[in-house]
Amino acid sequence: MFFDHLVLGATGEFLNIGDILATLVIFILLMLLLKKFAWGPLMGVMQQREDLIKSEIETAENSRLESQKLLEEQRSLLKDARTQAQEIVENAKKQGDVSREEIITTARAESGRMKEAAVQEIANERDKAISAVREEVVALSLLAATKVLEKEISEEDNRQLINETIAKAGEVQ
Amino acid sequence: MEHGAPMLEVFGIWFNLSNVMMLLIAALIVFLIAFISTRNLQLKPTGMQNFMEWIMDFVKGIIKSNMDWKDGGRFHVLGITLIMFIFVSNMLGLPFAIVVNGDLWWKSPTADPTVTMTLAAMVLILSHYYGIKLKGLKGYAGGYIKPMKFLFPLNIIEEFANTLTLGLRLYGNIYAGEILLTLLAGLASAGAFGFASAIVPMMAWQGFSIFIGAIQAFIFVMLTMVYMSHKVADDH
Repeated sequence: MFFDHLVLGATGEFLNIGDILATLVIFILLMLLLKKFAWGPLMGVMQQREDLIKSEIETAENSRLESQKLLEEQRSLLKDARTQAQEIVENAKKQGDVSREEIITTARAESGRMKEAAVQEIANERDKAISAVREEVVALSLLAATKVLEKEISEEDNRQLINETIAKAGEVQ
Repeated sequence: MEHGAPMLEVFGIWFNLSNVMMLLIAALIVFLIAFISTRNLQLKPTGMQNFMEWIMDFVKGIIKSNMDWKDGGRFHVLGITLIMFIFVSNMLGLPFAIVVNGDLWWKSPTADPTVTMTLAAMVLILSHYYGIKLKGLKGYAGGYIKPMKFLFPLNIIEEFANTLTLGLRLYGNIYAGEILLTLLAGLASAGAFGFASAIVPMMAWQGFSIFIGAIQAFIFVMLTMVYMSHKVADDH
Protein backbone atom coordinates (compact mmCIF):
# COMPACT_ATOMS: atom_id res chain seq x y z
CA MET A 1 0.00 0.00 0.00
CA PHE A 2 0.95 3.60 -0.31
CA PHE A 3 1.44 4.05 3.44
CA ASP A 4 3.43 0.91 3.95
CA HIS A 5 6.85 2.49 4.21
CA LEU A 6 5.47 5.12 6.60
CA VAL A 7 4.52 2.55 9.20
CA LEU A 8 7.58 2.75 11.38
CA GLY A 9 7.01 0.58 14.42
CA ALA A 10 4.83 -2.20 13.18
CA THR A 11 6.63 -4.88 11.27
CA GLY A 12 3.73 -5.96 9.11
CA GLU A 13 3.72 -5.00 5.43
CA PHE A 14 0.24 -3.56 5.78
CA LEU A 15 -1.72 -0.88 7.51
CA ASN A 16 -3.23 -2.53 10.57
CA ILE A 17 -6.73 -1.20 10.52
CA GLY A 18 -7.50 -3.39 13.49
CA ASP A 19 -5.24 -1.31 15.72
CA ILE A 20 -6.90 1.87 14.58
CA LEU A 21 -10.31 0.45 15.36
CA ALA A 22 -9.12 -0.94 18.68
CA THR A 23 -7.57 2.38 19.70
CA LEU A 24 -10.68 4.32 18.80
CA VAL A 25 -13.08 1.90 20.44
CA ILE A 26 -11.03 1.53 23.60
CA PHE A 27 -10.39 5.23 23.98
CA ILE A 28 -13.97 6.31 23.33
CA LEU A 29 -15.30 3.58 25.58
CA LEU A 30 -12.89 4.65 28.31
CA MET A 31 -13.95 8.26 27.90
CA LEU A 32 -17.65 7.42 28.13
CA LEU A 33 -17.17 5.14 31.13
CA LEU A 34 -15.04 7.68 32.94
CA LYS A 35 -17.55 10.41 32.19
CA LYS A 36 -20.29 8.31 33.71
CA PHE A 37 -18.43 6.90 36.69
CA ALA A 38 -15.66 9.35 37.52
CA TRP A 39 -15.61 12.78 35.88
CA GLY A 40 -19.34 13.34 36.02
CA PRO A 41 -19.69 12.84 39.78
CA LEU A 42 -16.43 14.66 40.45
CA MET A 43 -17.50 17.64 38.38
CA GLY A 44 -20.82 17.58 40.17
CA VAL A 45 -19.11 17.74 43.53
CA MET A 46 -16.82 20.54 42.40
CA GLN A 47 -19.78 22.47 41.05
CA GLN A 48 -21.61 21.85 44.30
CA ARG A 49 -18.66 23.16 46.27
CA GLU A 50 -18.47 26.21 44.06
CA ASP A 51 -22.15 26.90 44.65
CA LEU A 52 -21.74 26.32 48.36
CA ILE A 53 -18.85 28.75 48.58
CA LYS A 54 -20.76 31.29 46.54
CA SER A 55 -23.80 31.06 48.76
CA GLU A 56 -21.65 31.14 51.89
CA ILE A 57 -19.97 34.32 50.73
CA GLU A 58 -23.35 35.80 49.96
CA THR A 59 -24.69 34.83 53.37
CA ALA A 60 -21.65 36.27 55.10
CA GLU A 61 -22.02 39.51 53.17
CA ASN A 62 -25.71 39.70 54.04
CA SER A 63 -25.17 39.05 57.73
CA ARG A 64 -22.39 41.60 57.78
CA LEU A 65 -24.74 44.21 56.32
CA GLU A 66 -27.45 43.21 58.76
CA SER A 67 -25.17 43.45 61.75
CA GLN A 68 -23.99 46.84 60.50
CA LYS A 69 -27.59 47.95 60.33
CA LEU A 70 -28.36 46.60 63.78
CA LEU A 71 -25.29 48.31 65.17
CA GLU A 72 -26.42 51.63 63.73
CA GLU A 73 -29.86 51.08 65.17
CA GLN A 74 -28.50 50.23 68.58
CA ARG A 75 -26.24 53.23 68.49
CA SER A 76 -29.08 55.61 67.70
CA LEU A 77 -31.25 53.95 70.33
CA LEU A 78 -28.54 54.38 72.91
CA LYS A 79 -28.15 58.01 71.94
CA ASP A 80 -31.91 58.55 72.31
CA ALA A 81 -31.94 56.82 75.64
CA ARG A 82 -29.08 58.96 76.87
CA THR A 83 -30.78 62.23 75.89
CA GLN A 84 -34.01 61.03 77.38
CA ALA A 85 -32.31 60.16 80.64
CA GLN A 86 -30.67 63.54 80.71
CA GLU A 87 -34.01 65.17 80.14
CA ILE A 88 -35.63 63.17 82.90
CA VAL A 89 -32.91 64.09 85.35
CA GLU A 90 -33.18 67.72 84.39
CA ASN A 91 -36.96 67.67 84.81
CA ALA A 92 -36.69 66.01 88.18
CA LYS A 93 -34.23 68.61 89.32
CA LYS A 94 -36.49 71.41 88.16
CA GLN A 95 -39.50 69.80 89.79
CA GLY A 96 -37.53 69.38 92.99
CA ASP A 97 -36.62 73.04 93.01
CA VAL A 98 -40.20 74.07 92.41
CA SER A 99 -41.61 71.88 95.15
CA ARG A 100 -38.95 73.02 97.59
CA GLU A 101 -39.90 76.62 96.96
CA GLU A 102 -43.53 75.73 97.39
CA ILE A 103 -42.96 73.90 100.64
CA ILE A 104 -40.90 76.73 102.02
CA THR A 105 -43.50 79.29 101.04
CA THR A 106 -46.31 77.23 102.52
CA ALA A 107 -44.41 76.72 105.73
CA ARG A 108 -43.61 80.37 105.98
CA ALA A 109 -47.26 81.35 105.41
CA GLU A 110 -48.41 78.79 107.93
CA SER A 111 -46.03 79.98 110.57
CA GLY A 112 -47.07 83.59 109.93
CA ARG A 113 -50.69 82.70 110.31
CA MET A 114 -50.05 80.78 113.49
CA LYS A 115 -48.16 83.69 114.91
CA GLU A 116 -50.97 86.05 114.08
CA ALA A 117 -53.52 83.71 115.62
CA ALA A 118 -51.42 83.47 118.73
CA VAL A 119 -51.12 87.22 118.96
CA GLN A 120 -54.87 87.57 118.53
CA GLU A 121 -55.49 84.99 121.18
CA ILE A 122 -53.14 86.72 123.55
CA ALA A 123 -54.88 89.99 122.94
CA ASN A 124 -58.29 88.44 123.52
CA GLU A 125 -57.15 86.74 126.65
CA ARG A 126 -55.68 89.96 127.92
CA ASP A 127 -58.89 91.84 127.23
CA LYS A 128 -60.87 89.15 128.89
CA ALA A 129 -58.53 89.16 131.84
CA ILE A 130 -58.64 92.95 132.11
CA SER A 131 -62.43 93.05 132.07
CA ALA A 132 -62.57 90.26 134.61
CA VAL A 133 -60.11 92.13 136.82
CA ARG A 134 -62.12 95.25 136.30
CA GLU A 135 -65.28 93.50 137.40
CA GLU A 136 -63.49 92.03 140.39
CA VAL A 137 -62.07 95.42 141.27
CA VAL A 138 -65.51 96.99 141.03
CA ALA A 139 -67.00 94.39 143.29
CA LEU A 140 -64.12 94.64 145.72
CA SER A 141 -64.16 98.44 145.66
CA LEU A 142 -67.85 98.31 146.17
CA LEU A 143 -67.42 96.05 149.10
CA ALA A 144 -64.55 98.14 150.40
CA ALA A 145 -66.38 101.39 149.93
CA THR A 146 -69.42 100.00 151.67
CA LYS A 147 -67.30 98.91 154.49
CA VAL A 148 -65.36 102.20 154.58
CA LEU A 149 -68.28 104.52 154.35
CA GLU A 150 -70.49 102.36 156.38
CA LYS A 151 -73.14 104.30 154.79
CA GLU A 152 -75.37 102.75 152.43
CA ILE A 153 -76.09 104.58 149.39
CA SER A 154 -78.13 103.32 146.62
CA GLU A 155 -76.38 100.60 144.90
CA GLU A 156 -77.04 102.33 141.60
CA ASP A 157 -75.20 105.46 142.54
CA ASN A 158 -72.51 103.49 144.10
CA ARG A 159 -71.78 101.45 141.01
CA GLN A 160 -71.71 104.51 138.86
CA LEU A 161 -69.33 106.23 141.20
CA ILE A 162 -66.98 103.31 141.28
CA ASN A 163 -67.03 102.87 137.54
CA GLU A 164 -66.09 106.48 137.15
CA THR A 165 -63.27 106.01 139.58
CA ILE A 166 -61.99 102.97 137.74
CA ALA A 167 -62.21 104.70 134.40
CA LYS A 168 -60.23 107.50 135.88
CA ALA A 169 -57.78 105.04 137.23
CA GLY A 170 -57.51 103.43 133.76
CA GLU A 171 -56.83 106.79 132.22
CA VAL A 172 -54.19 107.51 134.75
CA GLN A 173 -52.65 104.21 134.06
CA MET B 1 16.82 -5.29 18.47
CA GLU B 2 14.14 -5.92 15.90
CA HIS B 3 11.15 -7.64 17.39
CA GLY B 4 8.20 -9.04 15.62
CA ALA B 5 4.64 -8.18 16.45
CA PRO B 6 1.93 -10.69 17.28
CA MET B 7 -0.40 -10.15 14.36
CA LEU B 8 -3.84 -11.64 14.00
CA GLU B 9 -6.21 -11.44 11.06
CA VAL B 10 -9.92 -11.28 11.74
CA PHE B 11 -12.24 -10.90 8.75
CA GLY B 12 -9.39 -9.52 6.69
CA ILE B 13 -8.58 -6.89 9.33
CA TRP B 14 -5.14 -7.12 10.92
CA PHE B 15 -4.79 -6.65 14.65
CA ASN B 16 -1.53 -6.14 16.47
CA LEU B 17 -2.49 -8.10 19.58
CA SER B 18 0.22 -6.46 21.64
CA ASN B 19 -1.25 -3.05 20.88
CA VAL B 20 -4.76 -4.20 21.70
CA MET B 21 -3.65 -5.76 24.97
CA MET B 22 -1.61 -2.75 26.08
CA LEU B 23 -4.39 -0.34 25.17
CA LEU B 24 -6.79 -2.41 27.23
CA ILE B 25 -4.37 -2.50 30.15
CA ALA B 26 -3.80 1.27 29.98
CA ALA B 27 -7.53 1.89 29.78
CA LEU B 28 -8.13 -0.45 32.70
CA ILE B 29 -5.49 1.25 34.87
CA VAL B 30 -6.82 4.71 34.07
CA PHE B 31 -10.35 3.61 34.76
CA LEU B 32 -9.43 1.99 38.05
CA ILE B 33 -7.44 5.01 39.23
CA ALA B 34 -10.25 7.38 38.34
CA PHE B 35 -13.00 5.11 39.58
CA ILE B 36 -11.42 4.32 42.94
CA SER B 37 -10.40 7.88 43.64
CA THR B 38 -13.87 9.22 42.94
CA ARG B 39 -15.68 6.91 45.34
CA ASN B 40 -17.05 8.55 48.45
CA LEU B 41 -16.91 12.08 47.05
CA GLN B 42 -16.99 14.84 49.61
CA LEU B 43 -17.29 18.58 49.60
CA LYS B 44 -14.14 18.69 51.71
CA PRO B 45 -11.87 16.58 49.52
CA THR B 46 -9.31 14.18 50.95
CA GLY B 47 -6.57 11.99 49.54
CA MET B 48 -7.14 10.79 46.00
CA GLN B 49 -10.06 13.10 45.44
CA ASN B 50 -7.64 15.99 45.84
CA PHE B 51 -5.40 14.44 43.22
CA MET B 52 -8.21 13.98 40.71
CA GLU B 53 -9.43 17.50 41.33
CA TRP B 54 -5.93 18.75 40.75
CA ILE B 55 -5.85 16.99 37.37
CA MET B 56 -9.24 18.44 36.48
CA ASP B 57 -8.12 21.92 37.40
CA PHE B 58 -4.89 21.41 35.50
CA VAL B 59 -6.73 20.46 32.30
CA LYS B 60 -9.18 23.27 32.92
CA GLY B 61 -6.20 25.63 33.05
CA ILE B 62 -4.92 24.28 29.73
CA ILE B 63 -8.32 24.82 28.11
CA LYS B 64 -8.75 28.25 29.63
CA SER B 65 -5.37 29.38 28.33
CA ASN B 66 -6.61 28.66 24.80
CA MET B 67 -10.26 29.62 24.71
CA ASP B 68 -13.29 30.76 26.61
CA TRP B 69 -14.52 28.30 29.20
CA LYS B 70 -17.96 28.79 27.65
CA ASP B 71 -16.66 27.19 24.45
CA GLY B 72 -14.01 24.95 25.97
CA GLY B 73 -16.02 23.38 28.77
CA ARG B 74 -17.24 20.69 26.38
CA PHE B 75 -13.67 19.46 25.86
CA HIS B 76 -12.97 19.03 29.57
CA VAL B 77 -13.80 15.33 29.70
CA LEU B 78 -11.84 14.69 26.50
CA GLY B 79 -8.84 16.53 27.88
CA ILE B 80 -8.76 14.74 31.23
CA THR B 81 -9.19 11.32 29.63
CA LEU B 82 -6.50 12.07 27.05
CA ILE B 83 -3.92 13.29 29.52
CA MET B 84 -4.41 10.37 31.91
CA PHE B 85 -4.59 7.77 29.16
CA ILE B 86 -1.48 9.00 27.39
CA PHE B 87 0.47 9.43 30.61
CA VAL B 88 -0.35 5.92 31.80
CA SER B 89 0.40 4.53 28.33
CA ASN B 90 3.78 6.26 28.32
CA MET B 91 4.61 4.84 31.72
CA LEU B 92 3.65 1.28 30.87
CA GLY B 93 6.71 0.58 28.72
CA LEU B 94 9.20 1.89 31.26
CA PRO B 95 9.64 -0.89 33.85
CA PHE B 96 10.13 -3.77 31.40
CA ALA B 97 9.39 -5.12 27.96
CA ILE B 98 8.19 -8.66 27.41
CA VAL B 99 9.20 -10.55 24.30
CA VAL B 100 7.61 -13.92 23.65
CA ASN B 101 8.87 -16.05 20.75
CA GLY B 102 10.44 -13.00 19.14
CA ASP B 103 7.18 -11.05 19.37
CA LEU B 104 7.13 -7.88 21.49
CA TRP B 105 4.13 -8.09 23.79
CA TRP B 106 4.65 -5.61 26.63
CA LYS B 107 5.44 -2.06 25.57
CA SER B 108 3.90 1.39 25.66
CA PRO B 109 0.88 1.47 23.37
CA THR B 110 1.99 5.00 22.48
CA ALA B 111 5.26 3.56 21.13
CA ASP B 112 3.27 2.49 18.09
CA PRO B 113 2.58 5.10 15.37
CA THR B 114 -0.78 3.57 14.51
CA VAL B 115 -2.09 4.27 17.99
CA THR B 116 -0.74 7.80 18.26
CA MET B 117 -1.82 8.70 14.75
CA THR B 118 -5.26 7.38 15.48
CA LEU B 119 -5.52 9.57 18.57
CA ALA B 120 -4.18 12.57 16.66
CA ALA B 121 -6.56 12.03 13.76
CA MET B 122 -9.44 11.61 16.19
CA VAL B 123 -8.61 14.94 17.82
CA LEU B 124 -8.28 16.74 14.50
CA ILE B 125 -11.50 15.27 13.15
CA LEU B 126 -13.25 16.28 16.36
CA SER B 127 -11.90 19.81 15.93
CA HIS B 128 -13.37 19.95 12.41
CA TYR B 129 -16.67 18.59 13.71
CA TYR B 130 -16.92 21.17 16.47
CA GLY B 131 -15.73 23.88 14.12
CA ILE B 132 -18.67 23.20 11.83
CA LYS B 133 -21.08 22.66 14.70
CA LEU B 134 -20.25 25.87 16.56
CA LYS B 135 -19.43 28.31 13.77
CA GLY B 136 -21.58 26.93 10.98
CA LEU B 137 -20.39 25.66 7.61
CA LYS B 138 -19.72 29.18 6.38
CA GLY B 139 -17.67 30.22 9.38
CA TYR B 140 -15.78 26.95 9.24
CA ALA B 141 -14.95 27.34 5.56
CA GLY B 142 -14.03 30.97 6.12
CA GLY B 143 -11.35 29.81 8.51
CA TYR B 144 -9.34 28.52 5.59
CA ILE B 145 -8.84 31.90 3.95
CA LYS B 146 -7.70 33.66 7.09
CA PRO B 147 -5.85 35.86 7.51
CA MET B 148 -5.24 36.17 3.73
CA LYS B 149 -6.85 34.52 0.74
CA PHE B 150 -3.59 33.29 -0.78
CA LEU B 151 -2.82 31.36 2.42
CA PHE B 152 -5.52 28.85 1.53
CA PRO B 153 -3.08 26.13 0.34
CA LEU B 154 -0.96 26.64 3.44
CA ASN B 155 -4.00 26.26 5.66
CA ILE B 156 -4.89 23.00 3.92
CA ILE B 157 -1.36 21.72 4.38
CA GLU B 158 -1.46 22.86 8.01
CA GLU B 159 -4.36 20.58 8.76
CA PHE B 160 -2.44 17.50 7.63
CA ALA B 161 0.80 18.72 9.16
CA ASN B 162 -0.96 19.20 12.48
CA THR B 163 -2.27 15.67 12.45
CA LEU B 164 1.09 14.21 11.49
CA THR B 165 3.15 16.17 13.98
CA LEU B 166 0.69 15.65 16.82
CA GLY B 167 0.78 11.88 16.40
CA LEU B 168 4.42 11.42 15.42
CA ARG B 169 5.79 13.65 18.17
CA LEU B 170 4.26 11.45 20.83
CA TYR B 171 5.23 8.25 19.02
CA GLY B 172 8.80 9.38 18.39
CA ASN B 173 9.47 10.39 21.97
CA ILE B 174 8.12 7.23 23.51
CA TYR B 175 9.49 4.88 20.89
CA ALA B 176 12.97 6.38 21.12
CA GLY B 177 12.84 6.04 24.90
CA GLU B 178 11.93 2.39 24.62
CA ILE B 179 14.60 1.66 22.02
CA LEU B 180 17.26 3.11 24.31
CA LEU B 181 15.87 1.18 27.28
CA THR B 182 15.98 -2.01 25.22
CA LEU B 183 19.59 -1.34 24.24
CA LEU B 184 20.55 -0.67 27.85
CA ALA B 185 18.73 -3.79 28.98
CA GLY B 186 20.64 -5.78 26.37
CA LEU B 187 23.89 -4.35 27.69
CA ALA B 188 22.88 -5.09 31.29
CA SER B 189 22.16 -8.73 30.48
CA ALA B 190 25.46 -9.18 28.67
CA GLY B 191 27.47 -9.90 31.81
CA ALA B 192 28.61 -8.57 35.15
CA PHE B 193 30.61 -5.73 33.63
CA GLY B 194 27.78 -4.85 31.30
CA PHE B 195 25.32 -4.81 34.19
CA ALA B 196 27.55 -2.56 36.25
CA SER B 197 28.01 -0.12 33.41
CA ALA B 198 24.37 -0.15 32.36
CA ILE B 199 22.66 0.32 35.72
CA VAL B 200 23.44 4.01 36.13
CA PRO B 201 22.41 5.19 32.62
CA MET B 202 19.42 2.86 32.86
CA MET B 203 18.16 4.56 35.99
CA ALA B 204 18.91 7.98 34.58
CA TRP B 205 17.11 7.23 31.32
CA GLN B 206 14.10 5.73 33.10
CA GLY B 207 13.83 8.84 35.27
CA PHE B 208 14.13 11.00 32.19
CA SER B 209 11.52 8.89 30.40
CA ILE B 210 9.06 9.47 33.21
CA PHE B 211 9.63 13.17 32.72
CA ILE B 212 9.30 12.81 28.92
CA GLY B 213 6.14 10.77 29.30
CA ALA B 214 4.53 13.41 31.52
CA ILE B 215 5.64 16.26 29.26
CA GLN B 216 4.39 14.50 26.14
CA ALA B 217 1.00 13.83 27.70
CA PHE B 218 0.79 17.51 28.64
CA ILE B 219 1.89 18.64 25.16
CA PHE B 220 -0.59 16.36 23.44
CA VAL B 221 -3.50 17.79 25.44
CA MET B 222 -2.17 21.32 25.08
CA LEU B 223 -1.95 21.03 21.29
CA THR B 224 -5.35 19.35 21.18
CA MET B 225 -6.84 22.39 22.84
CA VAL B 226 -4.85 24.76 20.60
CA TYR B 227 -6.22 23.10 17.48
CA MET B 228 -9.70 23.02 18.96
CA SER B 229 -9.55 26.71 19.75
CA HIS B 230 -8.40 27.46 16.19
CA LYS B 231 -11.55 25.91 14.92
CA VAL B 232 -13.94 26.87 17.69
CA ALA B 233 -12.96 30.24 19.09
CA ASP B 234 -13.85 33.47 17.33
CA ASP B 235 -10.46 35.08 17.76
CA HIS B 236 -7.16 33.41 17.09
